[in-house]
Amino acid sequence: MAIFVNENTKVIVQGLTGGQGKFHGLRNRAYGTKVVGGVTPGKGGQDVEGIPVFDSVADAVKATGADASFVAVPPKAAPAAILEAAAAGVGFVVCITEGIPAQDEARVYATLKRDFPRTRLLGPNCPGIISPGRCNIGITAGEIAHKPTQGGKNVGIVSRSGTLTYQALFELKQQGIGVTTCVGIGGDPVPGTSFVDCLAEFQNDPETSAILMIGEIGGSAEEEAAEFITSTVTKPMSAYIAGVTAPAGKKMGHAGAIVSGGKGTAQGKMDALRAAGVKVGANPTEAGQLMAQIIASLG
Amino acid sequence: MDLFEYQGKQYFAKFGIPVSAGDVAHTVDEAIAIAERVGYPVVVKAQVQVGGRGKAGGIKLANDKSEVSTHASNILGMDIKGHVVKRVWVECASDIAEEYYASFTLDRAAKKHLLMLSAQGGVDIEEVAAKDPSAIVKLHVNPVVGLDGATAKRAAADARIPAKALDGVADILVKLYDCFVKGDCDLAEINPLILKPTGEVHALDAKVSLDGNALFRHPEWEAFRATEELDDRERLAREKDLQYIGLDGSVGIIANGAGLAMSTLDVVNQVGGTAANFLDIGGGANAELMTAALEVINSDTKVRSIFINIFGGITRGDEVAKGIVEAMRRVELRAPIVIRLDGTNADEGRSILAEAGIPASKLISKPTMLEAARAAVDIAKGKVG
Repeated sequence: MAIFVNENTKVIVQGLTGGQGKFHGLRNRAYGTKVVGGVTPGKGGQDVEGIPVFDSVADAVKATGADASFVAVPPKAAPAAILEAAAAGVGFVVCITEGIPAQDEARVYATLKRDFPRTRLLGPNCPGIISPGRCNIGITAGEIAHKPTQGGKNVGIVSRSGTLTYQALFELKQQGIGVTTCVGIGGDPVPGTSFVDCLAEFQNDPETSAILMIGEIGGSAEEEAAEFITSTVTKPMSAYIAGVTAPAGKKMGHAGAIVSGGKGTAQGKMDALRAAGVKVGANPTEAGQLMAQIIASLG
Repeated sequence: MDLFEYQGKQYFAKFGIPVSAGDVAHTVDEAIAIAERVGYPVVVKAQVQVGGRGKAGGIKLANDKSEVSTHASNILGMDIKGHVVKRVWVECASDIAEEYYASFTLDRAAKKHLLMLSAQGGVDIEEVAAKDPSAIVKLHVNPVVGLDGATAKRAAADARIPAKALDGVADILVKLYDCFVKGDCDLAEINPLILKPTGEVHALDAKVSLDGNALFRHPEWEAFRATEELDDRERLAREKDLQYIGLDGSVGIIANGAGLAMSTLDVVNQVGGTAANFLDIGGGANAELMTAALEVINSDTKVRSIFINIFGGITRGDEVAKGIVEAMRRVELRAPIVIRLDGTNADEGRSILAEAGIPASKLISKPTMLEAARAAVDIAKGKVG
């Protein structure tokens, strides 16, 4: 099993005719993902290397039965694209777009909660989701992900950072550890899916034996995760938090990664996770090694 | 992007929030001209983005032309906690009956807007929060519902703001919320929000932080960007559209993705080095962008080695490699590069670098982040080979 997606997930790409949408949409298909359509207003009836393009998400869903969408459009257009997918009944929307204003994110999040509670948004500003060997939606290079081993002990990954998500996949592959699902929740202030959402799914996923979590400075998502781990998660975990050396008051690239008023520090987050029983590594490699020890101890 | 007080007040005024009549001055003569125009007494306020201006002597009352001249000449050029005062704000002095506090931010945990309101203003709100948390009313506002006057008035009453000021405060809260949302603020804060003896409510200070992601719909923000206090390296990086933060160490950092860049800083630190900067070349890095990044790093005279840490997702290894080769043709780099390349098209990238014929004294490739960090730090410390 995997969380949020599986080998039957049918995906449309909003922005398939654009540079990023085409590059990654085709890579996702080449990985084996069922990419069944694309959406670009005004380009309905065309195709991108055999993938039919539709004018609207509603048309695409009607024609293909898609149940997931990959939003790869610029920041100005992304909020409307997410809501269009939700309105068309798409249950899982992955938005990789970087640079969406926080006010738009807050409005989209609140609109989804109020009007489309059955739609889950992953992102924005995230690398997407990969269930190795089954489905890859987003920008992750599929070859760095190790497939889950049958009857073995496999790991679920959840991360706030894109490139550190790949790093985590890579570390586990080096250790020969299979991954059930790797979810990049994104580094923006209002992510559609939180650490807690993913931890709850991994806790209930029988194929997932342990969880690797990658956080970063800013906000309180890691502290909330630590509370949830204490109350609910029984599976062993390792973690890494980026930004120990980040100066206060500076946004470290991600809109959400900022230490302000002494809050959101890496140290505070590491302390909270350790107190919740999570093994915390000083760098991504160490977090991978700690996970290898966990897996070895599970036999 | 943090605004100076004068910019914040001008921003507030656009949304109808009452502020004192005033203007910004860069010279003593300009300060006098403004004072003559708005009428005495005036307050001369240092424009710096740091707290404690008053204690440092950066805020002075002036009753006539000669006092304006004295205060403006003292304050302009003053160093307040490392910030040199380049401008003063000169405004009509206000009589103050009471001081309140009001702010809007995004509560990331609740994923809603957060109003904080207190009848104890004019002091550090963190102190109020520590001493008497019940003195601060916190109200979540759902972004799809917004804030109406009646709700604002109830919040003001809950904050124990006196009856005579309730309507004025509620009116400003609705306008401040409008400014926060439509003005794309990360923070919109008034401290103090004052009640005058005459009964009017009015913003005596302005603290505004804008969301840089919303720049595309605010062409007027260009004026704010022009006054941002950046060092030369940061200014060059901005021209090149790079996410760069200058630091004080000797290992120049280029990474793709904010998380990896932060992690690269951490790892360099763990193996005993210090980073010269944070630089995220972002997704979709190409030859052009890599050249620009190397030019910025190269402008930093403290840099002794350059650590390029790339894990490809959107970023393609072949593009990164082409960029490095191209940049090394265009720029005489002051320091050697240590590169670690993985992910999308990494093999292609590594062969491009290998075939470019760059000597090993200028470009070293390492298979892991830790090994690359060690190599970069060794070079920075003069321990080559």
